[in-house]
Amino acid sequence: MATAAIRADGLGKRFRLGERERYLALRDVLARAVTAPFRRRPAANENGNAHIWALRDVTLEVGEGETIGIVGRNGAGKSTLLKILAGITLPTKGSAEVRGRVGSLLEVGTGFHPELTGRENIYFSGSILGMRRREIDRKFEEIVAFAGVETFLETPLKHYSSGMQLRLAFSVAAHLEPEVLLVDEVLAVGDLEFQKKCLGKMEEVTRGGRTVLFVSHNMGAIRRICTRGVWLDGGAVRMTGTAAECVDAYAASVEAPETGSGIFDLRERKDRYGTGSVRLRELRLLDSDHRPSASVEFGEPFTLVFDIECVRSTPSCYVGVTLLSSDGASVLSSHHYDSAEMRALVAGTRHTLSCQFSPNDLKPGRYSLQAGVLDYATWECVDLFSSAGDFTVEVGSGRFGRLADGRPGYAQPNLLWKWE
Amino acid sequence: MGTETNPVSGVIAVAGSTPAAGGLHPALHAVPVKRIAPPGKWFSWNLRELADYRELLYFLVWREIKVRYKQTLIGAGWAIIQPVASMAVFSLFFGRLAKIPSGGLPYPLFFYLALLPWTYFAGALTGATNSVVENQRVITKVYFPRVLLPLSAVISGLLDFAIAFLLLVGMAVYYRVTPGPWLAFLPLFLLLAVLTALGAGLWLAGLNALYRDVRYVVPFLVQFWLFASPVAYPSSLVPAKWRALYGLNPMAGVIDGFRWAVTGENPPSVGLLAVSAVAVVVMLVAGLWFFRRMEATVADVV
Repeated sequence: MATAAIRADGLGKRFRLGERERYLALRDVLARAVTAPFRRRPAANENGNAHIWALRDVTLEVGEGETIGIVGRNGAGKSTLLKILAGITLPTKGSAEVRGRVGSLLEVGTGFHPELTGRENIYFSGSILGMRRREIDRKFEEIVAFAGVETFLETPLKHYSSGMQLRLAFSVAAHLEPEVLLVDEVLAVGDLEFQKKCLGKMEEVTRGGRTVLFVSHNMGAIRRICTRGVWLDGGAVRMTGTAAECVDAYAASVEAPETGSGIFDLRERKDRYGTGSVRLRELRLLDSDHRPSASVEFGEPFTLVFDIECVRSTPSCYVGVTLLSSDGASVLSSHHYDSAEMRALVAGTRHTLSCQFSPNDLKPGRYSLQAGVLDYATWECVDLFSSAGDFTVEVGSGRFGRLADGRPGYAQPNLLWKWE
Repeated sequence: MGTETNPVSGVIAVAGSTPAAGGLHPALHAVPVKRIAPPGKWFSWNLRELADYRELLYFLVWREIKVRYKQTLIGAGWAIIQPVASMAVFSLFFGRLAKIPSGGLPYPLFFYLALLPWTYFAGALTGATNSVVENQRVITKVYFPRVLLPLSAVISGLLDFAIAFLLLVGMAVYYRVTPGPWLAFLPLFLLLAVLTALGAGLWLAGLNALYRDVRYVVPFLVQFWLFASPVAYPSSLVPAKWRALYGLNPMAGVIDGFRWAVTGENPPSVGLLAVSAVAVVVMLVAGLWFFRRMEATVADVV
């Protein structure tokens, strides 16, 4: 019977809130120690707040050669789990056992130093990642070839472009041959071509019989590379199963709260970015009957309504919206000044802008709305949501005279064909 | 999983683990197994693991040295300038002007013999203190025994020491110092200096990772330590009844020993040496213990 490559048993990790936020100074500690007898509350709670459990009772078993995808929201404990399994930090409770050499790919460019040359960095980085010197010697040519930096080997790394640094870093990491590989969202960096290359190499690695734990927000990559999945939510294991099952369940949970209403309340949301001179309060999706709805039919016109409030007076802000398809591609972008005038906004006022999407040629599927207020004069982001909400375009009933078929593309516009 | 003698029962297998295609991995029997658990009260040192990582230690030292000398004008010259400049200043003020007794040795030689190990010690101590914090990026991303960091700082200082030692050889020739059998003890005193730097360095490295203002204390500490050591004056100035206590400073034993090992004059008192040796061992063991404890959570706070 094969023994498990990784076995985790009731792992728990507790962080003291404020531990990462403020560097302690020795004088503070000494001062606290001196005043301790005079304080009523115990010193441990002097920050006034509790601990958070980043991981709660995580138990799982990974067989050899398996590729497990770990999904979950930010802060669910995925990186913490990897760090504990890598030995970088110790758990507060529970235990784990890992068989085999562990390679941790928690970032790209571990150990890189800008003053050292490419060659020197390959050796140092390879060594710190766990390769023996003989191993690095043996794979040196391959590493250089994969990264494409032959001519720059003797140049200090600080003269490399960021793309080259990335390629070199990944190349070193990709040639690691540990029995257990822990990968944390490394594929999230770099341009599309680089990501494709990384993905390809990852697939190659997993086919080699290695045990891989892969944390990523790229659901497509997880589906492609992983056989099984684990969904971590709030530090605990919420679900295990095949990779596809976990990805679907996780994705559904993320979309669920917004679905159904078509009204996206943005007032309290924190995932906004920008100067804040104008704020988006609400985004509404209205169907052809002018009722809020989270789904519209193919061919059926719909309206996007933006409620904004002006915090600081500004002369040149505009509202823009970008539609993204379910695979992350930008389908189209529209700015309000395309057809409406740009207005100077006065602090304290509220306004409503509507955008009629007609005709609606979007192919059936799920779309994500990136919406924001931007400044025309300074190109600044004023209040941008990279994901304000989602909606679905359903296959139509032909009510508006058109039906979508399976042809390629994000839109199926009704172009005018004519025999000449 | 009934065949496993797993002390913790109730392990829930995730969706049934199946063996990889082809059955057992061929290298399974040779594969290292790492056990991860919360930190305990006492520490254990996995010496096999440290031996495993000896190549990384080499690379850490190598990187330290390379980076230090890249893009410098004088390069290795810096290793000599500091002790020589100090020697010149000490010779002038403590020697010519203050006329402290030098036990028959010419002043430059007297001071240089002390400044040589001292410069190494001060540099190694400062380097070790900053070693963990400087490498915070790597510590939070990859596992390796963290003790390699202060250890590599302490070792990389030896290169500068070696370069400055060459000058000492030149000086010894110039002052017609004949080497004797006592020279054999020189490596021993050097080792004492290395271990002192390591012991204190482990403490300071750990403290610095936890409390960032420790870094600012170190220059004062080094300054104070300098005057607590027989660099600018011979230890014979210390009254006999205090000499044993004085020996609690291991560098006292180191510097006295250096002076004696090269010139054969003024052998250090055995009592002082004994106290120094014991002090080093205690500092080292305590430092290792403290560092080990801090190691458990350093990645969380650094």
